[in-house]
Amino acid sequence: MNSTVSVLLFGITRDLTGQSTVSVSLPANARVAELLNQLHQNYPALASIRSLLVAVNGEYAEADQLVHQNDEIALIPPVSGG
Amino acid sequence: MIALTSEPIDVTSALYELQSAQAGAIDIFLGVVRDNTQQRPVDRLEYEAYDRMAIGEMQKIADDANQRWPLLRCLIIHRKGTLQIGEIAVLIGVATAHRADAFEACRYIIDTIKQTVPIWKKEIFMDGEIWVNAHP
Repeated sequence: MNSTVSVLLFGITRDLTGQSTVSVSLPANARVAELLNQLHQNYPALASIRSLLVAVNGEYAEADQLVHQNDEIALIPPVSGG
Repeated sequence: MIALTSEPIDVTSALYELQSAQAGAIDIFLGVVRDNTQQRPVDRLEYEAYDRMAIGEMQKIADDANQRWPLLRCLIIHRKGTLQIGEIAVLIGVATAHRADAFEACRYIIDTIKQTVPIWKKEIFMDGEIWVNAHP
């Protein structure tokens, strides 16, 4: 059964999609890598970005980390603070 | 102290926070908005942050620095929103007993901020705009 997660977008990812939050439908027990694949399918323009990481509940997540429906998920394009 | 602020950064009050009787050295690094990128004139910068995570990552960097150097005080303040040329985007301040630790810790903190903290800057040129580091 699929579940829907919402993903926070910042910087260039927000500009490319025109949205600050997007919903993604994922199979049960999906991992970060699957979320990224699905996002790339839904928004092909993301391919122009140098690298994309995912944060789960405010922490950088590994590709094999499980994604849960109530997690706070964010897409992290290359940072450029300072 | 860690802060993310939309208000101008006040260097004088940062200095007061860093002072301590045991401190023989205080280093303050200021990251400032420059008027050009590779000779292309910049009009202004726009900073955006994932606030919750940015504060968490800056706290981790401060904690790491505290483990590696004997810091008496440590201050990280990052600005967000629209910044004009000459405005302070980031202030790093450390107080230590001796200067070598202050220089090293200060450099470590700013270099690591640039690698891990989810803050993004868009350069607004006279004739276009670009998210810094975003493209290959």
